[in-house]
Amino acid sequence: MATADPIGVLTGAHFIDGDHACSEGAIAAGCRFVAGYPITPSTEVVERIAERFPFVGGVFIQMEDEIASSIAIQGAAWAGKKTMTVTSGPGFSLMMEHIGLAAMTETPLVLVDVQRAGPSTGLPTMPAQGDMMQARWGSHGDYGIIALCPNSPQECFDLTIKAFNLAEQYRVPVLFMMDECVGHMIERVVIPSADKIEVTPRRMHTGSKEEYLAFAPKADLVPDMVKAGDGYHMHVTGLTHDEKGYPNMTVGTQARLVRRLVDKIKLNAEKIVDYREDGVEGADIVVVTYGITSRTALPAIEQARSEGLKVGHLRLVVAWPFPEKRIRELSSKVKAFVVPELNFGQMTLEVERCAAGRANTVCVPHAGGTVHNPKDIYEAIRDSVKGAK
Amino acid sequence: MARTEIKIGGFGGQGVILSGYIIGRAASIFDSKHATMIQAFGPEARGSACSAQVIVSNEPVAYPYITTPSLMVVMSQEAYTKFSPELAEGGTLITEEELVNPTNLRKDLKHYSIPATRIAEELGKKMVLNIVMMGFFTAMTGAVGREAMEEAVKVSVPKGTEELNLNAFKRGYEYGLSLQKK
Repeated sequence: MATADPIGVLTGAHFIDGDHACSEGAIAAGCRFVAGYPITPSTEVVERIAERFPFVGGVFIQMEDEIASSIAIQGAAWAGKKTMTVTSGPGFSLMMEHIGLAAMTETPLVLVDVQRAGPSTGLPTMPAQGDMMQARWGSHGDYGIIALCPNSPQECFDLTIKAFNLAEQYRVPVLFMMDECVGHMIERVVIPSADKIEVTPRRMHTGSKEEYLAFAPKADLVPDMVKAGDGYHMHVTGLTHDEKGYPNMTVGTQARLVRRLVDKIKLNAEKIVDYREDGVEGADIVVVTYGITSRTALPAIEQARSEGLKVGHLRLVVAWPFPEKRIRELSSKVKAFVVPELNFGQMTLEVERCAAGRANTVCVPHAGGTVHNPKDIYEAIRDSVKGAK
Repeated sequence: MARTEIKIGGFGGQGVILSGYIIGRAASIFDSKHATMIQAFGPEARGSACSAQVIVSNEPVAYPYITTPSLMVVMSQEAYTKFSPELAEGGTLITEEELVNPTNLRKDLKHYSIPATRIAEELGKKMVLNIVMMGFFTAMTGAVGREAMEEAVKVSVPKGTEELNLNAFKRGYEYGLSLQKK
C-alpha cells in the first residue's frame, strides 16, 4: 500500500471549513498542480492551495478563465502530476467540453464543483445541488464518470483523497460535488499521520518502449499510462483513436473505444459505489440523500421514527456511478423512497428509474439558496406511503 | 449538553467572525464537544451588521444552521435591533454596555452587559474588545470551559498578541465573576 508524502500532511485536529479541508485533502493525496479561476463559493479552496503549494513543491496558476484551467491540468497530468481544478456552477458549465476530453483521453484528474444556486450566475453565496445531472451527462458523447458528495468538512478532506485515488485507478475525471453549505461550514477536521493515508499511485507502464500501446486496456479495462518525455511514443487526442492513440475514425474503433470508456465504470461499478445505510432493513420508507441533505434529513427521519414509522436512510457518498443494484433490491421491499434535493428532482430520476414502479418515489424539491426545512422532509416522509401500493 | 445555538452579532471589523471561530474551536478541539460554525457571507460581512452562528453539542451536529439561538453576544446597536428578536424564550443576551442601548428589552431574556471597549482601551488596544466579550461570555454562560476557550484564543489570534489577548479574556471573565458575586 502506498501512503501519503508526509511533506504535505498537516497531521492534527483543525477547525476549518470544507473548502480548506478539500485543499488539504488534495495536498495529502499528492496533488501538485492546480490551475483555477477563482469563483464563489469555491475561492477558499484555491486560496489555500496558493498559500500552501510553495511549501510542498506544488504549482498553482490562476488562469484567464475556466476553459484554460480545465485544459492546463490535463497537460500537467500527462507530464506526470496529480492535478485538480476548482469551480462553481458557471465555471462548471464552461469546463464541460474538457470533461469530455479527459474522459476520451483517459486523463486522471479531480474537478471540484462547490455548487451554488443557478441557473447562470444565480445565487453566488448560497447552496444548491443543481449540477448533479450535469456532472453525469454534461459533456457530449458517451462516457463513464465518477462523482462524490461530501457532507462535512471532515469528508471534504477524506473524500478528496478518495477522489484522487479513484481518478488514478480508473483513469477518469472524478467530479467532487460539494455545495456552498458544506464548503463554508467550519467543523473539526482530523488529519491522520501520512502513513495512515492510502494513496493510489499512477498506473505507469514499465515495459519496453517498442511494445508500448498507450490505450491497450488491462484486465480491468483501464490502460497503463506513461509520462511525456520518458521516451515512449505517445499521441493523445480527442478524436476516436486506436490502441496506439492515433486517430482512427472508423465505426469499429469508435464502438470498441467508447464501449470501453462506458464499461470501465459500469463493469467496475460495484467496486466504486459507496453508500451508507441506517435502519434500511425492514423499513417501509427509505430516504435517499447526498451531500448536505443527508444532514438536514436527519431531524425529519428521527421525528418520523418517533411516531412509529419505519424509516431507513441511504446516503450516497458516490453519486455516480449510481447504486442501481441496491436501489432495485430495496424497491421490492419498501413502499416508498423519499429524495430531498436542493434542485427540482435530479437524483430522484435515478431512484425512480431503478424503483421501476415497484415503490413510490417522492422528491422533496428545493430551489436552493438555503437548505431544506426538516419539516418539509418530515411531511414528505409521512405522506409518501399514502396511496402507495 | 444538548444542542446549543449561539449567535454573535456586531459590525464588520469588530472580530465577530473570530469570536464565533474561537467558541467553535474551543468546543470541538479543546473541549471534546462537537461544533459547527456558519458565517454570514455577502455584503453584510463587510461593514454593516454581520453575524457568526455556532452550534455546540455533545452529539454530532446534523442540521447545520441555527434557528432559535439560546445564547447571543451583541456588539453593536444595529446587530441588537436586527438579531435580538431571534433569541429563544428565556435566552441569554450579552451586550457591549456602551455600544448597545437595549431598548424595549424583552422581559423573558437574561441580559448581561460589560463595558468591553473601555476595558480593551485600558489594555492598550481597542481591537481586543471581542476577546473581552468572549471572556465575559464564558463566565456568564459556561457554554464552553474556560481552559478550552483560553487554548482556542491562544492559537487563533495573530502571533505576538497572545499575551494581550489572554489578558483581555481574563479581564472579561473576571468582570463576569464579579457580576455574579453581586
